[in-house]
Amino acid sequence: MIDIVGVTKTYGSVVVVDDVDLRIPAGGITSIIGANGAGKSTLISMVSRLLTAERGTITVDGHDVAATKSDELARRLAILRQENHLAARLTVRDLVAFGRYPHSRGRLTTLDRAQIEQAIDYLDLDALTDRYLDELSGGQRQRAFVAMVLCQNTDYVLLDEPLNNLDMSHAVEMMRILRRAADELGKTIVMVVHDINFASTYSDHIVAMKDGRVLHQGPPADVIEPGPLREIFGIDVAVHVIDGHRIGVYYS
Amino acid sequence: MRRVAGILAPLLLLTIVAFVVVGAEGSWSFVLPFRGRRLAALVLVGFAIAVSTVIFQTITENRILTPSILGFDALFVLIQTVLVFEIGSSALGRIPPVAQFLGEIVVMVVLSTLLFRWLFGGARRSIHLLVLVGIVLGVFFRSISAFLQRLIDPNEFTVLQDRLFASFNAVEPDLLLISAIILVVTSVVLWRMRHDLDVLTLGRDLSTMLGADHRHLVLRLLIVVSVLVSVSTALVGPITFFGLLVASLTYQITGTHRHAANLPVAVALAVIALVGGQTVLEHVFGLATVLSVIIEFIGGIVFILLVTRGTRR
Amino acid sequence: MTRSVTAAPPGRPAALTTQPRRRAALPLAVTGVLLLAVLSLFVGVSDVTPLSLLQVGADSQTRQIFLLSRLPRTISIVLAGAAMAICGLVMQMLVRNRFVEPSTIGTTEAAGLGLLTVTILAPGLPLIGKMLVAAMFALVSTLVFVRILRSLPLRSIVIVPLVGLMLSGIIASISTYVAFDHDLLQTLSAWMTGDFSGVIAGRYELLWIVAALTTAIYVAGDRFTVAGLGEQFTTNLGLNYRRTVAIGLFLVSIVTAVVVVVVGALPFLGLIVPNIVSLAMGDNLRKSLPWVAVVGAAFVLVCDIAGRIIRFPYEIPIGVVVGVVGAGLFLVLLLRKSARVG
Repeated sequence: MIDIVGVTKTYGSVVVVDDVDLRIPAGGITSIIGANGAGKSTLISMVSRLLTAERGTITVDGHDVAATKSDELARRLAILRQENHLAARLTVRDLVAFGRYPHSRGRLTTLDRAQIEQAIDYLDLDALTDRYLDELSGGQRQRAFVAMVLCQNTDYVLLDEPLNNLDMSHAVEMMRILRRAADELGKTIVMVVHDINFASTYSDHIVAMKDGRVLHQGPPADVIEPGPLREIFGIDVAVHVIDGHRIGVYYS
Repeated sequence: MRRVAGILAPLLLLTIVAFVVVGAEGSWSFVLPFRGRRLAALVLVGFAIAVSTVIFQTITENRILTPSILGFDALFVLIQTVLVFEIGSSALGRIPPVAQFLGEIVVMVVLSTLLFRWLFGGARRSIHLLVLVGIVLGVFFRSISAFLQRLIDPNEFTVLQDRLFASFNAVEPDLLLISAIILVVTSVVLWRMRHDLDVLTLGRDLSTMLGADHRHLVLRLLIVVSVLVSVSTALVGPITFFGLLVASLTYQITGTHRHAANLPVAVALAVIALVGGQTVLEHVFGLATVLSVIIEFIGGIVFILLVTRGTRR
Repeated sequence: MTRSVTAAPPGRPAALTTQPRRRAALPLAVTGVLLLAVLSLFVGVSDVTPLSLLQVGADSQTRQIFLLSRLPRTISIVLAGAAMAICGLVMQMLVRNRFVEPSTIGTTEAAGLGLLTVTILAPGLPLIGKMLVAAMFALVSTLVFVRILRSLPLRSIVIVPLVGLMLSGIIASISTYVAFDHDLLQTLSAWMTGDFSGVIAGRYELLWIVAALTTAIYVAGDRFTVAGLGEQFTTNLGLNYRRTVAIGLFLVSIVTAVVVVVVGALPFLGLIVPNIVSLAMGDNLRKSLPWVAVVGAAFVLVCDIAGRIIRFPYEIPIGVVVGVVGAGLFLVLLLRKSARVG
């Protein structure tokens, strides 16, 4: 369980995250939705200690993020941000192997190697293991990074817009992988998503943010509703149930 | 990797032997200590430049910037100049050279850390801007040094020149010894940090999320870099592009990010280039002290290629 | 750069409001430079004062010093300062980058290499011949630089001076090598450090060429402004772009060579002065050229006077003083620009 209590973050005079209280349950997929600049990325960056909160506390399974040692936290929680530019040329296997760093500090054991192979297999990267990242397509690279994060084998996986730059088929594939990871491996996945229909179709829990605050939260049935969506995005969204999923239509 | 080692190790040995043996005349009891000292200086400098450059590129997450391009060695020269300027050569003469050197290193570590914080601490700047700022900083430091050198008494200036333009031929044994000790200690420290160094290649965010204490690691490594730059500059003065050449070649050869491979290969390449280059120049072309000039020439061309190719991506 | 486009041609009503103040400002600045020049005339080891000049006869020693040394020196400072500042400005127009000037793209270094070459191969050549060789080297290197720029797919504002500084470093290493081989290292370093202390009557007159060329640049000012807006824009206005650029580079190379031959390098001068002027009044060459010339002259006068006073009675070469101040200001400009970009 991730517990966020009274957390605030400002950049200069702009309040990006404004006194947020939020409890993210363990297990399943939680999606954070909201307009640009709503504070979604900032919030999960603070949960993962990449940014420090000015006020308030964040705990992950009872461990205060600000006080817990970084390597200890790295064994409980992993995060993948949107852009990952690397100066060094790494192969896919090199990158995935980094996921074991919190556990083995670079000295790989047989167990580590098994986990690496498993993660590569899970993301279907077997054919690409010795390719350099800069030779891959955007979708393949994204999969490699997700493989690294899974290889880290943490209970919590935070993803900042994992569908960015992916085409339709790769986006669906990514969401299926994440769903499987939640169901089969028992991970708690928290992600920032822009596409409300992906959020609706794949999440157990949706958190909607606006202007640095949490506006709505609950199962998709509660949040993917014309009323809340209007409040969140400021446009009219018609919601239809198709094949058991709530789909928002907002194109006209 | 084994293949690389299989080629580099014999080559390294060969260069060193050639340096000692080729063209040696007279008694060995004279040749050995003389050439041995020069060899030691070359090896130490190659080591210091290679290691400092690779580490620096890791912590700054790029493969164009090096400590010398950022003006670090010009900073060290400036520190030396200010020291002579403030204390005066006669007073300076009473301080043992080793103590002096250590003092300079301490000042260097403090100043270069501040400089680094200033350049890399705030908003993210484009790499090309940083390089340009670095080069101009180098010019700036050199200009101030030149300025102070003009203010110094001509006699003091001679003293300073001796200290600043120490060549491979006339390095003080004391300085060699202390440099060697420093390099051994840093090697041990770095070898133990090699996996942390690997993680740093992922950048601040990813390495932090993997549990590395990015801030402290970078600070510690920066201190190591400053010390290494001090050592190499004190021994032979600034050589701007050598580190860049060695590091670029290293990445080409190893094709990996692993420091356990890159650091030794870089050192081997640097030593081969310096010792071998010196031997060839001396005995084939009969030129003794222009190695650094040739390095600057080739390095400048490689640099232009790197920058222009880099923008093409 | 766009500011200059909007600047109205002379005579338009829009320009009238600012015109009176400008008109008064320029003569004021010129007067300031003249005052500095007068001050410069009377700073030095020998006791030359206006009074002593008037008191004694025409053949007195004071008068001799004044005519042989002081006057030539001050004249050459004004000429070199103004000319190098203008060279920087023209260079910036032609390359379309704020951070270039002869010393950041290799032109100065190449002039030095030319001088070195001619000194070794034909030491007997008169000064003007040496100057021409140096100018040729400078021109070739400038053309090489422009060539490299053409092959750059992406011309970020900082990559252009970066490549230039590298080129300049490469040329410098060739010079060092050659100089080392011929035992001319000290001579080379003297050339590459601007120094007015050696300027005496009979050794500075070449600089008048610079004055002539600078006037030519002023006359052609409009063309360079237009060329600065780019090839398509220039062609659109019916001007031959390539020829304009070639003429500009040619003029800049000669001026740089003359200055290097007579007084040595004055680093960053051409970068700092035009940038400061451009901040104040935009980039229309016609309007800003006189200002660049005036500020350039003033800058060098001040640095030279400072160099003579700081370590009196010894002199610090102007190149060293300009190097410190210039590099410092360049850094400020760089980081300020980047701060604005974000």
